Amino acid sequence: MNTAFQSCSADELTKKASEARRIILETVHYANAGHVGGPLSAIDMLIALYFSVMNINPDDPQWEDRDRFVLSKGHSAVALYTALALRGYFPLEELKTFDHIDSRLQAHPDMKLLPGLDMSSGSLGLGISTAVGLALGAKLKHQTFYTYCMIGDGESQEGQVWEAADVASKYKLNNLIAFLDYNKLQQYGWKGTDREREVPVTAPELRWEAFGWNVISIDGHDMAQILDACAQAKTVADRPTVIIAHTLKGKGVSFMENNYLWHAKVPDADELNRAIHEIEAEG
Amino acid sequence: MTSMLSEKQAAMRDVFGDVLLELSKADPRVLALDGDLANSTKLDKVAEHNPSQFLQMGIAEQNMLSVAAGLAAVGFQPWTCSFAAFISKRAIDQIQVNVAQPKLDVKMVGAYSGLLTGCTGKTHQALEDIAMMRSLAHMVVLAPADGIEVRRVMEFAHQYNGPVYIRLARDPLPYLFDDSHTFTLGKGVQVKSGSHVTIISTGTETVRALQAAELLEGEGIRAAVLHMPSIKPIDHEAIIRAAETTGAIVTAEEHSIIGGLGSAVAEVLVENRPVPMRRVGVRDLNAESGSNEALLKKFGIAPEHIAEAVREVLARKV
Ligand SMILES: Cc1ncc(C[n+]2csc(CCOP(=O)(O)OP(=O)(O)O)c2C)c(N)n1
Repeated sequence: MNTAFQSCSADELTKKASEARRIILETVHYANAGHVGGPLSAIDMLIALYFSVMNINPDDPQWEDRDRFVLSKGHSAVALYTALALRGYFPLEELKTFDHIDSRLQAHPDMKLLPGLDMSSGSLGLGISTAVGLALGAKLKHQTFYTYCMIGDGESQEGQVWEAADVASKYKLNNLIAFLDYNKLQQYGWKGTDREREVPVTAPELRWEAFGWNVISIDGHDMAQILDACAQAKTVADRPTVIIAHTLKGKGVSFMENNYLWHAKVPDADELNRAIHEIEAEG
Repeated sequence: MTSMLSEKQAAMRDVFGDVLLELSKADPRVLALDGDLANSTKLDKVAEHNPSQFLQMGIAEQNMLSVAAGLAAVGFQPWTCSFAAFISKRAIDQIQVNVAQPKLDVKMVGAYSGLLTGCTGKTHQALEDIAMMRSLAHMVVLAPADGIEVRRVMEFAHQYNGPVYIRLARDPLPYLFDDSHTFTLGKGVQVKSGSHVTIISTGTETVRALQAAELLEGEGIRAAVLHMPSIKPIDHEAIIRAAETTGAIVTAEEHSIIGGLGSAVAEVLVENRPVPMRRVGVRDLNAESGSNEALLKKFGIAPEHIAEAVREVLARKV
């Protein structure tokens, strides 16, 4: 069973991502809580995964052979929820409960509450290890599903990321494909020279290569490149792949782009309108 | 609003940032170490106004605590700060081996403790930090109740040579104390007198304990409130005295009932003066995202819950 929308063209996916951007901003505004910068930088990849790349079935979210996804940078939950809702895992209307008491849509993903979630996250640095576990488990059980994971560049300061990287290449996990959302900003970070806050991770390509991974660098907002990178990753026989996705924090909204202050700031009504206007003009 | 609680509010994190900036300016040994949360925890006040004593350690709490140990071993006084969940749970081995066992002069500040961490849910709530920190030998564990006490506790920690964990809260709280307030390690503070029962509380829960005492006043129940800013060491004498004079104890904390203030008080009572007792805290549950009001209600630590525990314990009083 392959229920991925293999027929989705890059253009259709780009349109979807632009719709998702609007929903992310509306959801955060409505909840008056949540993150925006990271979700907007991650959403193109999530849309590509959930609408084209992953072998999944929204009607049977616990299907044993489905591909798995771990959002290691769990604070971008609103982006993942938006992709899941658009793909039909739950009604879009439910996004209104984001971050509320008794909601399945917790501020950070909770796999015990929402069937579409393959792993809980929110404490940074843990997710990539759980993805290694899922991929290793698939090998041990002779299952053929892929495990995808998304980590943040700031998050990559956690030593555990590199402990996971090491084990993954030792076990030759070619069924593990990680995305690094390389937006070059974190929450506060280091005071920079050329702009307000500096690149937190230096030379990720070299680092991952040193840990024995297959490395592909792309523009993380270019659908064709995202799809292509995933296809390439699947041809590698003996190593896990990391897709270093060069992205913009706050992508799609001029006054949020590349501004660390929008890491977790809620847009007010005026900012929301201006943002949606820009997104719709682009899309 | 009552006599005891001031209309004036302060967020502990703002006071924390201001006081650490002052301490760092007055003492070149003081360093502020950040885990990429300075604009949430207000450590950014040091980053902006005294940048040479601010060190960004990135999102790497375990490393931050071990680095702090190294800095302390060459004569600095590092103040490490993150969300309470990450500084305690995440780095506990580093704290034990590098900081607590050698008794190095490292301060650990958990800025968003307890249940009310601002719509973040269970990964960011710290309901076990008191239990974990208090179990480490040599560790001092402090939980101030208002802005004034944050300042006093920090002044104490600065003077004290050894590991100190300070538990702070995210949101503004009313003032309980005025400038004349003092802090003494290992001493409780009687914030309300009463003869029927003593509510022993700590940190943010002391405000709610006072609100509970007021609810009970209307029913003719006179509850004393004993605030414990120093959870370790804890005030044995005051606990035993409270048991002797009021004959019933309720503890209240924004923390799990397992291993926190309630456990510490129970340990003292059971070895000295057992009396009927009840613990108010989160009852062996993971919490979730939600508004402050909804969380306090659902997880059982609102003033009404403290009042209810008092009624129950009084029914058992001999
Ligand atoms: C262990 C841990 N430490 C700190 C945090 C708080 N925190 C949440 S997001 C964030 C910054 C993340 O930066 P990055 O990984 O670059 O994510 P992005 O920029 O894509 O949002 C921090 C410090 C956390 N969630 N977990």
